[in-house]
Amino acid sequence: MPHSQDPGPQDEATGTQPHDHDHDHDHDHDHDHDHTVPSAIALRVRALETLMVDKGLVDPAALDAIIETYETRIGPRNGARVVARAWTNPAYLDRLRRDATAAIAELGYGGRQGEHMRVVENTLQVHNLVVCTLCSCYPWSVLGLPPTWYKSSAYRARAVIAPREVLAGFGVALPDTVEVRVWDSTAEIRYLVLPERPAGTEGWSEDRLADLVTRDSMIGVARLAPPTGAAA
Amino acid sequence: MNSVHDMGGMDGLGEIDPTLDRAPFHAPWEARVLALVLASAAWGRWNLDTMRFHRERIPAADYLAFSYYEKWFAALVDLLVRRDLLTAEELASGRPDPARPVLTPALPASAVAGRLAAGRPTERPGGRAPTLVAGQAVRARNDHPAGHTRLPRYVRGRTGRITALHGCHVFADANAMGRGEQPQALYQVRFEGAELWGGRAEPRSAVYLDLWEDHLDPV
Repeated sequence: MPHSQDPGPQDEATGTQPHDHDHDHDHDHDHDHDHTVPSAIALRVRALETLMVDKGLVDPAALDAIIETYETRIGPRNGARVVARAWTNPAYLDRLRRDATAAIAELGYGGRQGEHMRVVENTLQVHNLVVCTLCSCYPWSVLGLPPTWYKSSAYRARAVIAPREVLAGFGVALPDTVEVRVWDSTAEIRYLVLPERPAGTEGWSEDRLADLVTRDSMIGVARLAPPTGAAA
Repeated sequence: MNSVHDMGGMDGLGEIDPTLDRAPFHAPWEARVLALVLASAAWGRWNLDTMRFHRERIPAADYLAFSYYEKWFAALVDLLVRRDLLTAEELASGRPDPARPVLTPALPASAVAGRLAAGRPTERPGGRAPTLVAGQAVRARNDHPAGHTRLPRYVRGRTGRITALHGCHVFADANAMGRGEQPQALYQVRFEGAELWGGRAEPRSAVYLDLWEDHLDPV
């Protein structure tokens, strides 16, 4: 039976009835943090997990392994290493431009939500900004899981129509002489912004440079400042 | 489908708060939802496009009220029931019905690293040959499918220019709806800000989207 074409979710018992608790998700209301009463959603998730484990559909050790991967192994440090290598190694930058997926795989990064990569370069003339208006696609393999604001309706709605205003909200004042390019991730291509290398970092090692590169600069909502104490 | 998930360019959705960060997780239950969704995806009983469609079909008012991982949770429960992995009765009671078969084995912990590292590439080199070329002007089709589509409303009917060919990829609009992969050319298309937003466009702004052959017509 072609379930994927069946009608709306109201026609079956789906278990997805609207919630009746207070919605204030963008703030730190979740009671799990203070170990008092778990929130309704936390209880529902726990109930589903218990049922799926009892039924043999999921292995709790596999769930732990997945979480551990995204909490400890995959994060913006991966992208920072790509950026630092591109800044210091012209041959690598060339490979990154020609086939970003392969060049990023050279550093050992790839897989889920990074299967097909493109790198877009910030310059004096062009500033790049990444969004996904339809859901929240994001290059997990190099940046990890997205921050809350990236997944917010406001960011998804505004980045395409008012990118300069959005950037200003992040503290980036983009002169009108700089072209702004917004990348709406509508397919399985994932975009990584290559920020401009800050002045005052000449001769720095890759490791030292990688420490400078922020996640937000690789999404395109930040520019990297010269290191404090560095000669301008 | 023309629901609120397709929110590019909408007003009224509030302000962006850059201090709302909390990556990767805002609460422990979010991590459990992520893990349940990825462990279930490994069964191969649905694809990512189908999962996205099931998130989009969350009723619009709920979609806007739900947090990201609440949407994930709602769509997962929906698919589990629709695909007979769990029954509504089992969900209500919280206990497996011994009379119901277990349709698929669990993903073992030992397979997790390999699965995540492999991902699910969507490039299909043998797909339909591209008919458009880089540099060409194209118009996004004015289509309004009731099912899943990766062609946002804000570009429909608008003219842009192809800036790159990504090769042939699984066509998400078809794959989500159980119509097969229909691999075809995926293009990077640039739309000028003024073409999309008229007088409200910011100076020197452009939006790039990745759109499939079936989304585009030559101008």
